[in-house]
Amino acid sequence: MVEKDHFRQVLQHSPFHDRIEEHNLIKNWMSWNGYQTARVLDTLSAEYFAIRSGCSVMDLTPMEKYRITGPDSLAFLNRLVARDLSKLKPNRVTYVVWCNDDGKVLDDGTIFHLGDAGYRLCSQHHQLDWLLISSQGFDVEIAEETHEVAALAVQGPTSCAVLRAAGIDGLDQLKPFGIQYTQLLGFEVMVSRTGYTGDLGYEVWTEPRHAVDLWDAIFATKHRGLYDVRVIGLDALEMVRIEAGFIMPGDDFITAETAVRADHDRSPFELGVGWTVNLDKPYFTGKGALIKEKSSAIKRRLVKLVVEGNKPPVDSFLYDAMKGKRIGTIKSQTWSPILKANLAMADIDYINGKAPREIWAEIYYQKELTWHATWARTTVSEKPFWSHPRKSATPPGPY
Amino acid sequence: MANNRGKKYDAIVIGAGHNGLTNAAFLAKAGLDVLVLEKNEYIGGATVSRELHEGWKYSNCSYVCSLFRPEIYQALDLGRHGLEVIPLQGSTTFMQNGDYFGSYHQPTVRRREIARHSKRDADAAIRFDADLMKWCRLIRGFLLRTPPNPASLKPRDAWEFAYLVKQFYGLSESQIYEFIRFFTMSIAEYLEEYFESDVILAHFSGGSIIGTGLGVYSPGTAYVLLHHAMGDVDGNIGSWGFSRGGMGAIAKSIAASFSSFGGEIRTAAEVRQIRVAGRRAVGVVLVSGEEIDASVVVSNLDAKRTFLGVMDPKDLPEDLLHRAENFKIRGSSGKVNIALDGLPNMTALPQGSPLTRGHMHFTDTLERLERGYDDWKDNRWSADPYVDALIPSQFDPTLAPPGKHMMSVFVQYCPYDVEGGWSDEKRDAFGATVIDQIAQYSPDFKSMILHTEVRTPLELENEVGLTEGNIFQGELTLDQLMFNRPFPGYAQYRGPVKNMYLCSSSTHPGGGVMGAPGANSAREILKDLRRLNTVPADFGDD
Ligand SMILES: Cc1cc2nc3c(=O)[nH]c(=O)nc-3n(C[C@H](O)[C@H](O)[C@H](O)COP(=O)(O)OP(=O)(O)OC[C@H]3O[C@@H](n4cnc5c(N)ncnc54)[C@H](O)[C@@H]3O)c2cc1C
Repeated sequence: MVEKDHFRQVLQHSPFHDRIEEHNLIKNWMSWNGYQTARVLDTLSAEYFAIRSGCSVMDLTPMEKYRITGPDSLAFLNRLVARDLSKLKPNRVTYVVWCNDDGKVLDDGTIFHLGDAGYRLCSQHHQLDWLLISSQGFDVEIAEETHEVAALAVQGPTSCAVLRAAGIDGLDQLKPFGIQYTQLLGFEVMVSRTGYTGDLGYEVWTEPRHAVDLWDAIFATKHRGLYDVRVIGLDALEMVRIEAGFIMPGDDFITAETAVRADHDRSPFELGVGWTVNLDKPYFTGKGALIKEKSSAIKRRLVKLVVEGNKPPVDSFLYDAMKGKRIGTIKSQTWSPILKANLAMADIDYINGKAPREIWAEIYYQKELTWHATWARTTVSEKPFWSHPRKSATPPGPY
Repeated sequence: MANNRGKKYDAIVIGAGHNGLTNAAFLAKAGLDVLVLEKNEYIGGATVSRELHEGWKYSNCSYVCSLFRPEIYQALDLGRHGLEVIPLQGSTTFMQNGDYFGSYHQPTVRRREIARHSKRDADAAIRFDADLMKWCRLIRGFLLRTPPNPASLKPRDAWEFAYLVKQFYGLSESQIYEFIRFFTMSIAEYLEEYFESDVILAHFSGGSIIGTGLGVYSPGTAYVLLHHAMGDVDGNIGSWGFSRGGMGAIAKSIAASFSSFGGEIRTAAEVRQIRVAGRRAVGVVLVSGEEIDASVVVSNLDAKRTFLGVMDPKDLPEDLLHRAENFKIRGSSGKVNIALDGLPNMTALPQGSPLTRGHMHFTDTLERLERGYDDWKDNRWSADPYVDALIPSQFDPTLAPPGKHMMSVFVQYCPYDVEGGWSDEKRDAFGATVIDQIAQYSPDFKSMILHTEVRTPLELENEVGLTEGNIFQGELTLDQLMFNRPFPGYAQYRGPVKNMYLCSSSTHPGGGVMGAPGANSAREILKDLRRLNTVPADFGDD
């Protein structure tokens, strides 16, 4: 229940807020979905390496969550998303995108099959209106449950060991995209082997009233001197999600619902997530448009680019040759400390259905407030920039 | 009175409304010798602020600013001539059940407040905002342009048509169909495609009936919403602001800019007629009998008053007279300006709510809004009126003494032809209806009232010269917009005789404190005179 005087506190607090605030040494907050969320808590590089070489913890509560229940849940979701969900088993999770009738992407997210408890859809943006519009004619209940579920992302090579030491049992056999329930200190937690880091990692879900106990159990492993565990902010997450090759709706592309200018929206094929589109399954929203699109050469793509050198290609224009024709722009980018390379997501025009043979970035950078311009060759990477066998090893190793 | 006998001006502008002043300023900037003639003792027309109660300044007609083109602001250097437009904060609809809906200025809080009434509507608002922005972008591209003349074969009109088509085809095919629907729908039907909550439907439809002789269920009202959403304050499209010192400060700053280019303004100088010789305008004759010569005569009056008032019917083509007689210009709005002894307590709002600093409305369902319209059709003012109340003295210290306040209340609907005709008693009864509406939500409001100015459409007509008191100088319906404004064939600011022009809100892009009609008209005049153009092009894609 929202109180009438909610204007007094603009950004909401998640149930983990008090704990995070203790760790947030530089008080660098931002809004994520209306929640007060840390951008960086201490130093960015320490947070990045917590994800890649230790154990990181991040509050996932602000992520938009919906519960879908009722006899037509599967039929409804299968009509909503481009992927075929009919084979999604209970206690499994899958990545999906969904489109409007023009086959343009509205958002991406994950669907959790919770067995008798229905399905959970997690999304980047607010989707209740679209879910309700799309559910006409289906016998389903759709409820937004963002604030009713507290969740932590626990990610990194020691994440399994940390959770085990915290008292969460039975993770050995949990495979990627699997869900498992367990008791911790007398309350129920749900653990899914999912994440946005491309590394070994878990998401731990519980009721808000148990949030602090869950947090304390995880950090007790650090206080006991067993493992280093570090809270991370959204800036570190941004680095690893680019390394892992995950797209970010709203940053890498404008979602179809919010696109104002014509031709600014994007199809799943144009975003490089065509692998989640199943044109053989029964009708789903956007299918007709996507079949039509598939029959002609693709016009543009969001691609993963490795940019040579070490100058950050922030907002750079891209060209088909050094000083050649302009063919696109960088949407997001990061320096990868583990690969020692500039990685980027870029929207580029294709020629006859193919990427231009060469792609060059024009980079503006400054040293001591003096600006310089330089050119860097780039290469398209079809695979995630970074991946590690430990991500999917079952049982996971200790580090 | 200056002795002008024998002197011939390059241009005379009749009326010192903000469009007349804008027009005059661009002509003077181009080096013309320009005289503005105003019937009142003060300038500004409907963009005016006057002290009617000692220590209090009212914005007697218009009260908030958003439509005024920043290109004009920049080109006439209005900031240095004293203009400051401060963004205002949010809006509220008070509900009969004691609750309220606040459209806060802070986006996160706004979203949560919509969700307080309907979680679904909070998400639908994202779709609504994006869709409205599509139409805003399209229409904004036309504001500082002269509409093409569809009946002409001139190359320039062909170019303008090409621009129009290009703007249009910047939309996808389905967006074009949506746009046509949008122009012809009622606001109620349009909003119901997005929202479910009664109070949210009522809140967002308010801007669609302001100034119109239409109700929330009348086709065409969806466009009026756009007319109120297409402006901006510093690039925030749809935002509204206060002009420090009241709306009169806008007219004053334009007048100061005009004077800096050597322009001359004469108040208390009512024009009786535009003099025409050999099918050319040659000057004007004042009510006083004084004749003044000019090479160009521009009218800032509405289309009816221009053609049926200050022109000799013998100088006009028959079809134009006919069109002018049938021009839709129905008065439907009133205004109550109030001097307050303190800040009234709005009981529904928590202590310290920022919502007192924004618009306040008191009609929480579409049905109540439609019933208010029914009264108007029956020649009565709304018994349960839609009001737009604001207390700008909360952050503008020039409007009232410290600790005291000024409230501006715009009222919809109030008829021009009230049953049995207007009298002082009826005008006061109308004012009392409005005050009662607000007092229902603020027990101490009435006891704080020190002075009120009540204006029905009749007062607006008599003082500002707005025919029937129509605030936009003519309805904003598709048959009177773009190349149809005011009439087909006369939308390019040129009158029926040579050297005579229109520059008022009766021309494209229409009413509101926008300056665009005045600026567009100046561009056409300078083109005809083969003078350097001083009127800026729009800033482009936004
Ligand atoms: C009550 C009310 C509230 C409004 N609220 C808003 C608002 O909040 N925001 C907004 O953007 N718009 C608002 N508007 C609309 C806006 O004020 C008008 O559309 C705009 O000011 C019109 O400007 P104009 O220069 O075209 O004409 P006018 O302001 O009508 O100017 C015409 C001038 O001509 C003069 N005149 C008339 N006859 C003669 C004559 N024979 N000789 C010499 N002079 C003559 C008049 O006295 C007047 O000064 C409101 C209007 C009203 C009436």
